[in-house]
Parts: sequence; structure tokens; C-alpha cells
Amino acid sequence: MTDAVANSLATAPVQSAPAARVRSYWGGVWQRLRYDYVTLFCIALIVLIVLSAVFAPWLAPFDPYKSSMANRLRPIGYRQFLLGTDEQGRDMLSRLLYGGRVSLLMGIVPVILATLVGGMFGVVAGYYGRKVNMGIMRTMDIFFAFPSVLLAVAISGSLGGGITNQMLTLTVVLIPPICRVAETATSQVRNMDFVDAARATGASTTSILFTHVLINVMSPVLVYASTLVSISIILASGLSFLGLGVSPPTADWGLMLSTLRQSIYVQPLVSAIPGVAILVTSIAFNLVSDGLRQAMDVKA
Amino acid sequence: MTQMALSPPPVAAEDPRDRGGPAQPMLIVDGIRKYFPIRAGVLNRTVAEVKAVDDISFYVLKGETLGIVGESGCGKSTLARLLMHLVDRDEGHLILDGDLVGEETGVPLDGLRRALQMVFQDSYSSLNPRLPIEQSIAYGPKVQGASSKVAKAQARALMEKVGLKANLFAQRYPHELSGGQKQRVNIARALALDPRLLILDEAVSALDKSVEAQVLNLLEDLKQQLNLTYIFISHDLHVVRYISDRVLVMYLGQVVEIGPVDQIYEDPQHPYTQALLACRLSMDPEERVEAAPLAGDPPNPVNPPSGCRFHTRCPFMEDVCMAKAPGLGDVLSSSANDHLAACHMVHPGSGHSRAPLPVRA
Repeated sequence: MTDAVANSLATAPVQSAPAARVRSYWGGVWQRLRYDYVTLFCIALIVLIVLSAVFAPWLAPFDPYKSSMANRLRPIGYRQFLLGTDEQGRDMLSRLLYGGRVSLLMGIVPVILATLVGGMFGVVAGYYGRKVNMGIMRTMDIFFAFPSVLLAVAISGSLGGGITNQMLTLTVVLIPPICRVAETATSQVRNMDFVDAARATGASTTSILFTHVLINVMSPVLVYASTLVSISIILASGLSFLGLGVSPPTADWGLMLSTLRQSIYVQPLVSAIPGVAILVTSIAFNLVSDGLRQAMDVKA
Repeated sequence: MTQMALSPPPVAAEDPRDRGGPAQPMLIVDGIRKYFPIRAGVLNRTVAEVKAVDDISFYVLKGETLGIVGESGCGKSTLARLLMHLVDRDEGHLILDGDLVGEETGVPLDGLRRALQMVFQDSYSSLNPRLPIEQSIAYGPKVQGASSKVAKAQARALMEKVGLKANLFAQRYPHELSGGQKQRVNIARALALDPRLLILDEAVSALDKSVEAQVLNLLEDLKQQLNLTYIFISHDLHVVRYISDRVLVMYLGQVVEIGPVDQIYEDPQHPYTQALLACRLSMDPEERVEAAPLAGDPPNPVNPPSGCRFHTRCPFMEDVCMAKAPGLGDVLSSSANDHLAACHMVHPGSGHSRAPLPVRA
């Protein structure tokens, strides 16, 4: 009886073990994202918002810059104005679609630029440590000493208005926090034994950075950067609101909020629309980054 | 006892990579020293130094396993990192198979990298969590110029060699493996560059006993197959006795005793070695150790005690121990069968009451 069992175990076809399916890191991330419906919904929402901004010229029912004194501050759903009109009688829906272009640009471009620059500085500071770290991180601390809004106002004020300058301002403001996250993640990875093992093979620093360090630093930095998208949109809106960003009559969510402020007692719902757009977009980006953080955690 | 002293040193098999001949030690470490500075204050001045490894000399014969034991914090791991050139040494020389390492005339660092590899203790942090293990193993050969395809084939062959089915495991990530499997991957990675000397830094300490035994047997097999030399660092005295040919005992950054494994275990000369061995757990419940033979922590390596560094905890301490540091003797010119201890009680005429009488010439 026991012999039979032992025999059947011994003769079990060992070589029939199938080759493990090749699954890349991103494949694993997608496997985990697939069942995270909140994140999927938010991704869909963001895609929708981006598409509506990209195709604004085709989607918008009216010219966003054509004012009409006769139709000022109409309520939501007034005749053909789906979302009403603003204080100069321009169609709110059209302006919202066009405004999304500037606002999303302000949300995404500075974050990408800051991730590249800040991430690079952070990785270098974290990997080399000592004096290099001191130099880079103390410089970042100078920027940290100012509240981010104040820093943005100060830089924007000295650079002047305009889309390019505003993006530059936001990039500068966002570099220090990203740099800090990258530096922390890198210095943690740097002390792991696998980096020493790589050094022991005689690998160059560049090779170690690209094969072993970046891949481990990437996920915390990307997750953190995605939370910054909403902050960047809000900061950009704030700058426009203060008159330091894009100038009227350009359609921009922050600027629209600013100019409609005086009409809040006349048309409270219409005045709130740009704010709702900012809110929904930033919440969507925040939830996506939260979902990404979970999906990109390799030990999940 | 005398029988053991006469046993011939292990003779290494012929190896095409051999340069210095079979009698030339694989690695000679001559007076290696590493002090870590402690910086403080606004100006970041060095206020003190941790004497992590303080003037250590020894050699490892070809085909031999040298065990290194000592308490936590005595400098074992720093020594391993110094040998691997992961930490720059302050002083001292390494001679690899007859060639001086790192100097202009000797072996270039790259040659050392290939000849010397290390298996790390912490199997969690020693593998990149984002790389499939096949790529982790293939990284070394790729760095040394192998094509991606060759490196991968080599990685798969090595995985089979350490007992992991390449088909099943090649694409797995470290978090999908058990501790023993991870340590096998670590060993495979260390072997990927076809090294001659493997430094095993607490390589089996984190494993449970059954897996530890498997990995130890694997190491023995690999040593035979690949003609390897081991430096086996551990705090587990039983394991060291099982695997080593010779043992080196470290205390506070210095060598206190070195000798063939049986002599060290059966006739320890240094009181520290005696205390260490007394700490071993016995298989016999009647022989329980009730009180710890060594009380307290080792002294601070920033400010090591004067004279013999062990005198603060030594039961045989006398005035001479505080005044004068006992030497170990000339390790490098001693034979592999010699048993040396850095203790005044062993040196004739040292002034210690228990020291043997000086021999009249």
C-alpha cells in the first residue's frame, strides 16, 4: 500500500511541468487593475475629459469667445445654452470644453517636466549621497521653505503671465517634492544588497542605475507624480484666478472661476461650474494615483 | 591531537585558471584595515572612528573552506565587503592567486570581480524585486560582455545546477520564491561569473534548519564540481564546524584565534573562543547552559579597550592584559596546520601567570 503510493509519487511525470507563463511587470500591474472598478472608472473619466478637451472645436456648440450682451448670466438649461452663459453672455459649455485644454495642459505638462528633472536630481542625490546629496537636497530645501502657492505667485509674478511662463512656474514649484520622493526611494534602494551584488559583478554606475535603481524608484515617483496632477491644476487655476496666469479672454477653468466670482449671488450654479470641473478632474486623478499605487506594489 | 596536526593540507585540484600553482594560497589578506569616520557638528568634522576591521591578516588555501566566526558587530561583514571591494580599505593588501589586487602591476579590479563573488545574507534585499530571477542571474555575464542570449542560457543552466527548474522559475519574481529558493538564486548569481573564491556572508543564517541543511549540501556539491574555495562567515558555530577546514575567530575587528577546525573546537586557546564555544546549544538536555558564558555587549569599537581588547570580559584578566596587546604571531608565514591565538596565556614569557614558561635557548 505505502509502496504503491511511493511508487506513484516516484513515477509522477516530473518533466510535464509547464513552463511558467512570461508575465512582465506591467502585465502584473494590469492584472491587479482589472478588478479595481473605481480606478477603472476614474481612468475612463480622465480619458473622457482629455478627449473632450482635445476635440473641443468639434464638440463646442458655440464660439467660446463670442459675447452677447443680451444673454448675460443665463441659468443652466436656458434655451440652447446647456450650461447657461457667463457674465459676458458667452456659452458656458463651449468655454468649459476650451478651458479644459489649458487646464489639463497645466496639470500634465508641468508634472511630466518636473518628474523628469526632479526625478533625475533625486536619483543622483540618493545614489551618490554625501556631498552631492547635500548640495542638491539643501537647494531643494530652499524651495521647500516657501509655501507652494506663495512660491508659484512669486515666480509667476517675476516671470510675467502667459501659458509658457505659467507652465515653467508650476514645473519649478513641483520639482522639489518629486526630487525628495525620488531621493528617499533611491537611498533606500541604494543600500539594498542587490545593488552591492551588481557592483560586485563590475557593472558601471550607469548600468546599475538603469537596471536596478530606476526600476525600483519608478513606481513611488510615478504614483506621487500622479497625485501632483490635481495639485498642479488647482495651482494653475489659482494663478489664473489671481491674474498671474493666462489672461482674459482665454478660456481657462481658474480664470472662469475668477471672473464669475462677482456673479455668485446672481447665478450661483453657473458660477460654480468651473469649480466643479476642477474638482471632478482632480479627484479623478487622485483616485487613479491611489489605484496605481496599489496595483504597482509588487508585493500585493 | 598530534595526529591532526600532521594531517596534510588540502591540495587543490588542477585548474586551468590557476596562475600561482597549487601551493600558492587563493587569497592572501595582508594587514587590512578599515576605520569608519564618525562625523558630527556643523563642519562635518571627523570626531571619532569606528575601528571595524583593524589590521587583519590571513590566507585561504585553494580548495579550502575558511570559517569566520565572531559576535554580531565584530566586523565579519565589513571584512567580507572589504575583500569584495564594495568598501574601500584604508590600508593593507590583497593578493589573489599570487597577484596583487588593485595595484597597477597586479590583477585589475575587473579580474578580481570575476574571481571573487559573494552570497549575501539577506535574501530579501539581495535580489532586485522588479527583475525576474533569470535576469538577476544573467546580469553579471551581460555586464562582462556576454550576449543576452548566452547570458540567459547560462542563467538557466545555473538554475538547474542549484536545483531550481529553469522552466518553472526563470520568469518568477523574488517575492514568489521561498527563502531557501531565493538563497539558491543568490548562489546561482554568484556563480554566474565562474568565480574561484566564494564569500558566503551568513548565507544560510536566515534559513530554517531543514532548508539550511539542503543549502549546505548544495554548497559542498558545488565546491567539488566547480573547484571552488569558500570563505564562510557565520555566527552558527555548528554550521561552521560542519563546513570549514580552518576557522578564524574575530573579536572587535581583530583576529583572536586561527587554526584547523578540529583544534579550534576541541582545544580552544583563547578565552573568547572558549566562551563562544560554551554558548553552543547541546543536543543533551542534561548539559544545559544556564548562565551565558559571555556577559554583556562587546566594548565600543570606537574606543576599544587598551591592551588586549577582550580584557573587559575575560575571566583570566591580569595587569599585563590591560597594558599590552597580545600578538597573534605571523599568520602569513605560518602553515595551515598551525594553531595561533592572540592571548598572553599562550605566549611564553608574556608576564601572565598562566603563561607557559619561556623556553631557554
